[in-house]
Amino acid sequence: MFTGPPIDRRRWLLRTLAGLGVGFALPTLDARSANQRGSTRPTSLITLFLSGGPSQLETWDPHPGHRIGGETTAIATRLKGLKIASDYPQTAEIINELSVIRSLVSREGDHQRGVYLVKTGYRPDRTLTHPSVGAILAKERWDKTIEIPQHVSLSGGPQPARGGFLGAQYDAYKIYNPGQRLRNIAAGIKDKRQGRRLEGLRVVSQTFSRGRLAATRGTQHQLMVDRALAMMNSDQLKAFQIDDESRSTIDLYGDTRFGRGCLVARKLVEAGVRAIEVTLPGWDTHTNNFEGHREQAATLDPALFALITDLKQHDLLDSTIVLVLGEFGRTPTVNPLDGRDHWPQGFSCLVGGGGLAAGRRLGATDPTGKKRKPDQPVEIADLFATVMSRMGVEFGKEVITPIGRPMAYSEGTPIPGLL
Amino acid sequence: MIPLLLVVVGLLALVQSIAGRPTGDIATPRRLADRFTAVDTARRLDEWFQARWTREQITPAVPADETTVLRRLSLALHGTVPSLEELRQFEADAGDRRLERWTQRLLDDSRYATYFSERLGRALVGSEEGPFLAFRRDRFHAWLSEQLDTNQPWDRIVTRLVTAQGLPTGEPATNFITIAQVDGEIDEEVLAGRTIRAFLGQRIDCAQCHDHFFDPRWKQTHFEGLAAFYAPARFSPLGVDDNLKVQFEVADHENGTSRVVEPQVPFGREWLPAQGTPRRRLAKWLTDTRNLRFDRAIVNRVWGQLFGRPFFSPVDDLPDPGEPATRALDLLAEDFRAHRRELKWLIHAIAASRPFRLDSRPHVPNDPQSTELPAEELRRYEDAWAVFPLIRLRPEQVIGAMLQAASIKTIDRHSHLFTRGRRFFGEQDFVQDYGDLGDEELSKQTGTIPQALLRMNGQLARELIKPGAFGTTTAIARATQGNDGLCLKTCFEVCLGRQPSAEEHAVMGQWLVDTRGRRREVAVEDIFWTLFNSPEFSWNH
Repeated sequence: MFTGPPIDRRRWLLRTLAGLGVGFALPTLDARSANQRGSTRPTSLITLFLSGGPSQLETWDPHPGHRIGGETTAIATRLKGLKIASDYPQTAEIINELSVIRSLVSREGDHQRGVYLVKTGYRPDRTLTHPSVGAILAKERWDKTIEIPQHVSLSGGPQPARGGFLGAQYDAYKIYNPGQRLRNIAAGIKDKRQGRRLEGLRVVSQTFSRGRLAATRGTQHQLMVDRALAMMNSDQLKAFQIDDESRSTIDLYGDTRFGRGCLVARKLVEAGVRAIEVTLPGWDTHTNNFEGHREQAATLDPALFALITDLKQHDLLDSTIVLVLGEFGRTPTVNPLDGRDHWPQGFSCLVGGGGLAAGRRLGATDPTGKKRKPDQPVEIADLFATVMSRMGVEFGKEVITPIGRPMAYSEGTPIPGLL
Repeated sequence: MIPLLLVVVGLLALVQSIAGRPTGDIATPRRLADRFTAVDTARRLDEWFQARWTREQITPAVPADETTVLRRLSLALHGTVPSLEELRQFEADAGDRRLERWTQRLLDDSRYATYFSERLGRALVGSEEGPFLAFRRDRFHAWLSEQLDTNQPWDRIVTRLVTAQGLPTGEPATNFITIAQVDGEIDEEVLAGRTIRAFLGQRIDCAQCHDHFFDPRWKQTHFEGLAAFYAPARFSPLGVDDNLKVQFEVADHENGTSRVVEPQVPFGREWLPAQGTPRRRLAKWLTDTRNLRFDRAIVNRVWGQLFGRPFFSPVDDLPDPGEPATRALDLLAEDFRAHRRELKWLIHAIAASRPFRLDSRPHVPNDPQSTELPAEELRRYEDAWAVFPLIRLRPEQVIGAMLQAASIKTIDRHSHLFTRGRRFFGEQDFVQDYGDLGDEELSKQTGTIPQALLRMNGQLARELIKPGAFGTTTAIARATQGNDGLCLKTCFEVCLGRQPSAEEHAVMGQWLVDTRGRRREVAVEDIFWTLFNSPEFSWNH
C-alpha cells in the first residue's frame, strides 16, 4: 500500500478536518509554536558570524584619540555614554535592544581554531568534535511541527556549524545563497511519476531490509528520505524565499548576500527554526584595516539594524537571541601595512533579545593598549552558558561522547549581568 | 568560456577514443603469488573468531555471495562498485580461489593506490587545508599513492614521514611535518599527538595538559617526552630540517618559569637507539619489530577501511597488546610483521578472513514469533563480527558508485577524459553537499536530510540517468527493446550487482510493459532513480 506523494500534511489535515465538520479541532493546530508571539514563544538564536576576526576598535570598542585608536572615530548611541565606531550610525539607533561585551577572551589566535572555539565554546580537541551551540539547541529544543531543518547556516563562509559528537543530523543545513531557490529541493517531475518511484523505492527497501531489519532501521535511511520528502512538500519552505518581501524590506537589509541572509534568518525564526547562523566574511584586515572595516560596516550596519527592527515589528525580538560575534579581535597596534593582526584577548560582541538584559555593557579594554588583559574577562563558554540557560537548556548537562568521555554542553557559567 | 571548454574537452575525448582503449594491463592473475597468500593467518584468525562465537553462544551469518564480497572490496579499494564489465568477467571466471585472485587484481589496478592513499592520508595529515605554501596536499598524495602502488613496507613509509627533510614539493613526505605548522612554527605537540594516534593507535593527547584522566597508562611527561623529539624540526624557505641546538621547553604556568624536556619514550626504552638525530631515533623506536603497537595500529586502521568500521573503536585508542578482546589484532600484527609489513599482504589477509566474507543478514535463532534478530541482539552479533555491518558509504564512494552504474564500462585511468573530468568536478560539489567527515570517517554515522535530498533531486544524479543520445539509460532501454526482464535485470546488476526479486519484478517490471522509445527510456530512468535512492545502494553491506 502506497501512501502517496505526501501533500502538505497540515493543509491536508485542515481540509479533511474541515470537511468532516470537526472544525473545533483546528485551534489546537494553530497553537503550534511558530504562531505564538512575545515571550511565550520558544526562543531561537540568530548568530551573525563575522568571519576573519573583526577589529573591536573599528566596531563596538573604539578608542579615538588614543595611540591605538587609529583613524577611527566614534559616535554616540541610544545608550547614554556608550560610543561605537562611527561607521555604524544605524546600529547606534538600535543598540539599546542589545548589550555589548568588550572583554571576550579566547586562547586561539588561528582562524580555524578560533572559529571552532567561538562556535562550540571549547578549544579544538583532536580526539573528538564538539557540537556547535546551534546543534545543541536544535537537539534539546527540537520542535516536531517543523518540517524544515532546525539548524541552518546561511551565506556560506568557512567551517559551518556542526553537530559534532551529537551526530551529523544536527549539522547546520547549509544555504550558500539565501533567498535564491534551494538546491536539490524540487523533484522536477509530475506527482504521478514521483509516486511510482517512491513505490519502487518501498519495494526495493523492503527486499533489502528482509533479514536485516534492525540494521536497516539503524541506518535511518528511510527516516531521512521521509523527512526530505516532508521538507520538499512543506509550506514552511516559503521561509527560505524572499520573493514575497517588498523591495523596500530587501533594501532595508541591504541587497547583499549577508543582508538577504539576515532577512531569511528572520523568516526562519518566524517559522520556528531554532538556530540560525549568518556569515559575513572579509574581516581579516592584515593590510588596510581601516578601509577594509569601513567596507564591512557598509554591509553589516544596515543588515543588523534591519534585523533588530524587523524582529521587533514582528514581535519576535523577545523570543530571539541575536549574537554578533567573530572568532577574535585585532591588535591594538597598527602594523606597517596599516593593518591589524589577530588578537584573541579583549575583543567585543553584541548580544541581546530573547529575554536577555538589554542596554548593558560589560568589561573594558585599556585605551592605552598597554594592559593586555581586559577588565572583567568573559569566556566564550560563559556566553554560551548564558544563551543556553536563557533558552531553557541545561548547559551543564553531561553527555557521554563516542570516546566514552562525559562532556558538558558548556563548561562556562552564565553571565549574571545578562540574565 | 564554457562553450570553448566544452569544445576542447570534446576534442580531447575524440582523440582519446580514436587512440583506442589500451587493453590487457589489468587482468586477473591465474594464480596468487605465494607472498600474498594469507591462508595460515586466515585460518588462525578464523579459529579465534570461532572460539569467541562459541563462547558467546552466537551463530555467525552464512557466507555472503561472492559478488557481494567483490562489491565490498571494490568500494574499499577503489571507492566505487564493480562495473558491469567486471561483473561479467567475475561471473565467467571459473578458476579456484576466485576472490583472492580478484583481490590481487584490484590491488594491481592503479585505482587502489590512488583511492587508498587518499583514505590513509586522512590519518597522516588530516583533512584541513593546512598552511599556505608550506603544505602541498597534492604532492603528498601523489607520493603516498606511489608508495602504495609499489607496495613499500609500512615501516619504511613511516620512517620517511617522521624523518623527512627538504621541500614539501621535492620531498613530499615532509608535508607530514609542515601540516603541523601553527603561526609559522612547527608545533611539536601536534606532531607528537598525530604520531601516537596514527602510528601507535593510542591517544595520549589528553596528557598534553594533565595526566590522562581515564587512562592511567599515559602521563603528561610521556606526551612531553615524545614532543621533544620533534622540537628541533623547523621549516624555512629551504625546506624542513633540524636545528639540533633547539631543545623542547615547556612553560610552567604556575610559577612563570620554563623547563627543558629531554626526548623520551613512554615504554620500550630499550628500543630507543642512543645515537642519531632525535627524529631518526624516534622513527627507529616506533618501527622496532618489538613494538607491537606499531603493527596493531595499522592493522586496526586497514580493517576499518575494509569494513567501514575498525576492529576496535575508536580506531586510535587501542588497549595494550595481549589484551584478550583484541587478540585478533595481535594475530594479524604478528603475521604482518613477518610479511615485511606490506600493506597489500595485510589487505589480502583481512579480505580472506571469515568475518569479511559473512553475509550482512545475521543468523536468526529458531523463533516461531519472528524471522528478524532484535536490535539489541544484533549489536551483540556486530560486536563479535558474526555479521557484516551496514556502514554508510563515504560521499566519494556514493558518487563513484553512481558514475560507475551509469556507465557499462569500467571507469579508470583509461576512461575518456570527459568521463574522468565529470567524476572530478562532480565529485567536488557532491562531497561538499553530502558532507565530508574529515578525520572522523571511521566513526559510526547515520544518514542526513541533505544527503537524501542530494540523491533524490541532485543535479549530478539527475544528469547521469537522464535519457539522451549518449546516456546509459537510453542505451539499456533501446538494447533491451522487447525483453523487459533483461532490461530490469541489467538495471539491477549495474546499480546493485544483483538480480531483481519477484516482488521487485512485479512492481518495476510493470513500468516497462508495452513501452517503446521515449516512454521506455523514462521508465528505465525511474528504475535507476529508485535503485540510486535505496539503502542498498548507499550503505555497504
